[in-house]
Amino acid sequence: MAEVTLEKVNKVYDNGFHAVHDLDLDVRDGEFLVLVGPSGCGKSTALRMVAGLESISSGKLTIGDRVVNDVHPKDRDIAFVFQNYALYPHMNVRDNIGFALKLRKASKSEINERVAEAARLLELTDLLDVKPGQLSGGQRQRVAMGRAIVRRPQVFLMDEPLSNLDAKLRVQMRAEISRLQHDLGVTTLYVTHDQIEAMTMGDRVAVMSKGLLQQVDTPQNLYDRPDNLYVATFIGSPQMNLMMGQLALGAAPTVTIGKQTLSLTASLIAQRPDLRAFDDREVVVGIRPESLDDASLARETDEGRTLEALVELREGLGSEVVAHAMLDATGPKVETAQRDPEATLTGTGGVEIVARLDPRTAVKVDELARFTVDVDTLHFFDPATTLAIRG
Amino acid sequence: MTAADPALEPVGARTHRVLSKVPTGVLWVIVVLWTIPSFGLLVTSFRPEADQISGGWWTIFSDPTLTWQNYHDALFSPPGGTLPFSEAFANSMAIAIPGTLVPIAVAAAAAYAFAWMDFRGRHWLFIAVLAMMAVPLQMSLVPLQQLYSGGAHVSIGSTTFILIPDLDLNNKPIAVWLAHTAFGLPLAIYLLHNYIAGLPRDVFEAARIDGANHFAIFWRIVLPLAKPAIAAFAIFQFLWVWNDYLVALIFLGQNRDASPLTIQLVNLVTSRGQGTELLPAAAFISMVVPLIIFFSLQRYFVRGLLAGSVKG
Repeated sequence: MAEVTLEKVNKVYDNGFHAVHDLDLDVRDGEFLVLVGPSGCGKSTALRMVAGLESISSGKLTIGDRVVNDVHPKDRDIAFVFQNYALYPHMNVRDNIGFALKLRKASKSEINERVAEAARLLELTDLLDVKPGQLSGGQRQRVAMGRAIVRRPQVFLMDEPLSNLDAKLRVQMRAEISRLQHDLGVTTLYVTHDQIEAMTMGDRVAVMSKGLLQQVDTPQNLYDRPDNLYVATFIGSPQMNLMMGQLALGAAPTVTIGKQTLSLTASLIAQRPDLRAFDDREVVVGIRPESLDDASLARETDEGRTLEALVELREGLGSEVVAHAMLDATGPKVETAQRDPEATLTGTGGVEIVARLDPRTAVKVDELARFTVDVDTLHFFDPATTLAIRG
Repeated sequence: MTAADPALEPVGARTHRVLSKVPTGVLWVIVVLWTIPSFGLLVTSFRPEADQISGGWWTIFSDPTLTWQNYHDALFSPPGGTLPFSEAFANSMAIAIPGTLVPIAVAAAAAYAFAWMDFRGRHWLFIAVLAMMAVPLQMSLVPLQQLYSGGAHVSIGSTTFILIPDLDLNNKPIAVWLAHTAFGLPLAIYLLHNYIAGLPRDVFEAARIDGANHFAIFWRIVLPLAKPAIAAFAIFQFLWVWNDYLVALIFLGQNRDASPLTIQLVNLVTSRGQGTELLPAAAFISMVVPLIIFFSLQRYFVRGLLAGSVKG
């Protein structure tokens, strides 16, 4: 088992494209770390550099105690699971799984033993003599996993291994890979663009965008305490509602959104001491959809704890109702986005907000609805830097 | 007159129907025109000498006398000093098999290197190899023959440098193998390169991580996966070498005992006109192998023609 450490790792392609900027990442021994981000954010490049399939332009990559920047992939003691599985089409499952051992000149009996063990673990025993072309997507996926585990590597590297599976199988394989990784205890770096995969599988999740690492933390912490606007909107579905708000931290602290005012609790401000610096200034306010609920269902509605908005769409999901509503406010005006240029959004006349409501809700389309706001879960961001205001 | 006019519809449809049959009809005419002479030759090869002289092959319908004598004579006791066809057949095999395998071995390795190995000048070298396809075979025959018999020397002042020693290859089968290998390589490299370059990159990366070096990747991954393209080229190359007359005549023409069927076919008719009756039978002996190959492997012909244009 081993730790994987990236220190100020950069990737600049020959054509000048800077795919990965100063990436610092530390995958702890036995940890399942998920690297997540939209396509083109550099996450696959980072993974391929760890595997040795791409050269490292600058920086230091350590696996275990060894600096492996210039070590051949086969000598890094890693296994790679490809998005398209990359099975050898002319070999049956047994030979596919045993190929690496065969190249290492392992004895026949050892190969057979270890292939059989991997096959048992992945329930492939009946398919050992079948060629990949006759396997279903899920089975191919498992063969690819088998090829990785049979080598007993120090590190698993997986590049979107579930993206070619249908939704149902993906959920099943997600659990299977998690269980397998847990049982084997192998350090794993897993790349995906799917935030649900990231949240459900990772011990920790690293969010990347435009070649920059945005935040690394446990899934719950990423969700509860995003470092910046990018992470706040990337993690969570439906995504966090963002709007401009005017802070007023007098005796009765409030934030004014459009023409409506929410009162802030003392504990909220105590937890976010940096808010003081933004007194009388505009900030970006973030409200998770589940922090909103139908006010008509609440036993008591305190003054200054609700927002009114015009319902535009109502989606019943059985367990909840997702309401899309137009709030009279301004969208986030982010002046300079140092960490993520794409977060630069211009303000508009109204802001569409999404609320996850109790299914008993009576909100109707084209009618004004009043939503309670769980004020203690509000998020605040500096519009100049897009960073979270916490302190 | 508009396109919607219903009265015109059937006329257009009928014209279309009739016209659509034209290509098929033309094909059938071509098939018949090409097959009849071959069929006639086949029939003639079984007719006794006297019958061959007295009338055309179609008299077989009124006077069906057939014999294996021509085949027997051609194979084992041809007139004059001609090499028996059974031996020439073996010679043809001895030329065509290495003449096919050697270029494939070289071309497959070269194609893999051009497609998946990073080395300096790869692009220009590949273009240079492809440019060789434009060199006519006939142009290189004489220089090649000189190289075989005299080697290559450069004299500067009184000193002579030997670039290629005199290997005395002329009139030995290896001279023909080498010539066919050289002439076949550009096309072989081109065809195999297109196919091998189209194999998925992931598979190569997986093999590298699994610990395969270039040789292991070539031997265990590329060769098995490129089988369809290799088979297609092998067929073309084998038939080309088997049917070749010119290269064999230039490099092997003086060596009766090693010469292939094509040369013996020409030599069969002696200066006194003996052996004419054996020609059809001899021709069919030399055609047997191409026919077998064509009919048993014809699906690869089509694939070979598509190599590179359609993946997989």
